[in-house]
Amino acid sequence: MRKMLIASLVAAVLAGSPGGLFAAEGKHPEDRDWPQEGIFGTFDKAALQRGFQVYKEVCAACHSVRYLRFRDLLGIGLDEETIKAVAGEYTVIDGPDDSGEMFERPAKPFDVFPSPFPNPQAARAANGGALPVDLSLIVKAREGGEDYLYSLLVGYTDPPADEEGLPGAYYNPYFPGGWIAMPPPLSEDMIEYADGTPATVEQMAADVTQFLSWLAEPELEERKRVGLKFMLFVLVMTGIFYAYKRKVWARLH
Amino acid sequence: MSTELQQPPFKSGVLRWIDERLPVLTWAYNELVVYPAPKNLNYWWNFGSLAGIILVVQIVTGVILVMSYTPHADLAFDSVEGYIMRDVNWGWLIRYLHANGASMFFALVYIHMFRGLYYGSYKKPRELLWILGVIILLLMMATAFMGYVLPWGNMSYWAATVITNLFSAIPLVGEPLVTWLWGGFTVANPTLQRFFSLHYLLPFVIFAVVFLHILALHQFGSNNPLGIDLSKKDKIPFHPYYTVKDVFGLCVFLLVYGYFVFYAPTAFISPTNFIPADPLQTPTHIVPEWYFLPFYAILRAITFDFLWIVPAKLGGVIAMFAAIGVLFFVPWLDTSKVRSARFRPIYKWFFWLLVIDVLVLGWAGANPPEGWYLVAAQLGTLYYFAHFLVIMPVLGKIERPLPLPTSLSDPVLRGTRSQTAN
Repeated sequence: MRKMLIASLVAAVLAGSPGGLFAAEGKHPEDRDWPQEGIFGTFDKAALQRGFQVYKEVCAACHSVRYLRFRDLLGIGLDEETIKAVAGEYTVIDGPDDSGEMFERPAKPFDVFPSPFPNPQAARAANGGALPVDLSLIVKAREGGEDYLYSLLVGYTDPPADEEGLPGAYYNPYFPGGWIAMPPPLSEDMIEYADGTPATVEQMAADVTQFLSWLAEPELEERKRVGLKFMLFVLVMTGIFYAYKRKVWARLH
Repeated sequence: MSTELQQPPFKSGVLRWIDERLPVLTWAYNELVVYPAPKNLNYWWNFGSLAGIILVVQIVTGVILVMSYTPHADLAFDSVEGYIMRDVNWGWLIRYLHANGASMFFALVYIHMFRGLYYGSYKKPRELLWILGVIILLLMMATAFMGYVLPWGNMSYWAATVITNLFSAIPLVGEPLVTWLWGGFTVANPTLQRFFSLHYLLPFVIFAVVFLHILALHQFGSNNPLGIDLSKKDKIPFHPYYTVKDVFGLCVFLLVYGYFVFYAPTAFISPTNFIPADPLQTPTHIVPEWYFLPFYAILRAITFDFLWIVPAKLGGVIAMFAAIGVLFFVPWLDTSKVRSARFRPIYKWFFWLLVIDVLVLGWAGANPPEGWYLVAAQLGTLYYFAHFLVIMPVLGKIERPLPLPTSLSDPVLRGTRSQTAN
């Protein structure tokens, strides 16, 4: 009887969830396994480096990463020489110099990765009014995190027949509302991976997702390492104090 | 009751010299070492000391965060996400300890309060002890709310907008009051800066009230699972018995806290708060932190004008504050002569119904106020007030409690379940 009561309660709860929610919140993303998940999960450095290449050659055309300094790329396994070389490909504006003039110079490892647009207005003007968001925190800033980002990148399809299109927007069921201003960014073999991995859409989406996951939580590996030491230490202390507590309290019995 | 002070057994002449002039050592010795505590406290009595410890953790981590945080609308988000989380040594650890510490603090305090409700710890002569606790809860809520605004994410911004707007429901003075609170005509930099100032101040006020809370506690000593007044022979010195038990409890708590800090640090943070504050971009669902959800549900449950004179919005605000306000009167609303629910066969069930009711309210508060969610919130609100205003007073009169033991060591009258003591 009690079981039936609970079952009918659960059914009532499920029936109560409004059906309109689905359309507004977007299709539920595919649940994928990521190497950085779980208590012992760490980043796949090779995937991070490939993902950085995808960002640099594709996403960076429109999206900034204002929390990424070139030197941070040590975290994805690039060495200092490579980082200097990567930074040297970009110019940044510095100054004012002794005569009060701003000047251009090659970027150095301590510089922030240059933004593709000088300001949000310029970014909107170049993108039909839509603002390409900064990607530094994107994985933490979206419900579903990595799964959502990956599903969005590979999820562009033709709209259902009954969907009315929006001018200047593309259909993507994972995007809340279904219509996104970003054109499908990835296409097969659009880049050539330095490590020779075939550049399929799925591969590039997975790689850039992992890179952006690292960028959102660069402390992840250190956090889990410290966490493991902390948890083991406290676990031992818990055992010791439990035994000690029993010993002290035994005097009362 | 602390009647006669015991002298600490000093070996050092220096300490004795200090203590004669400034008797803090005698005080600490009596309150923390020889303080007589009931022999039969169970693990639910661990949560008070844990809450005190997490308060200290919050103050220490908060003071460290302030060294790197910038309280300005243009800089706050970057100073947290771009600087503390990335460039400050161990900044991520301090920030996650602090952010998750707030959730832990509320979880501990809520358990601590339900413990008090179950064992009747608010009853004579501990009414003021309970009331000081409710004051601490109110201060915690104000502090947590203002702290949540400081990272200046988009949920920070809109939470600040929604909650401060509540005051606009007050007749006549509402609108000017809100403008005064904001320091402008919208939530903006002046709001952030005053919230920062108060967020730094209030924890020290909480600390002071906690001190009074402990002072009131030690006047009559802790209540106990039997809810009866215990004689001297049923009490044991706080140290070493409860110090070691509290340290063991602290270790278990640290495992839970550590799990969140190190393995699920953003579990309690809405993804929307990793988007910088944007006055032009309203989040689809504005949802507060989990510890406010039951009260948020009550706020939004009042969707109708009350008696044609109280508009729905004002009604909701009144109901929400009344939900906490009613707690102040609990010592007098409960008319039962018996403290502990162990000896109250009917109240015991209503206690658990209240727990379920608060959970249902929390669930309703997490969802939009429509359809079944709204119905659940409204029924939950009705039941919440019925529990305190109807069930508690009536039950105390009509319930027949089980026979009480006269002491812990009294074998004749001891109930079967009170044997945990020995």
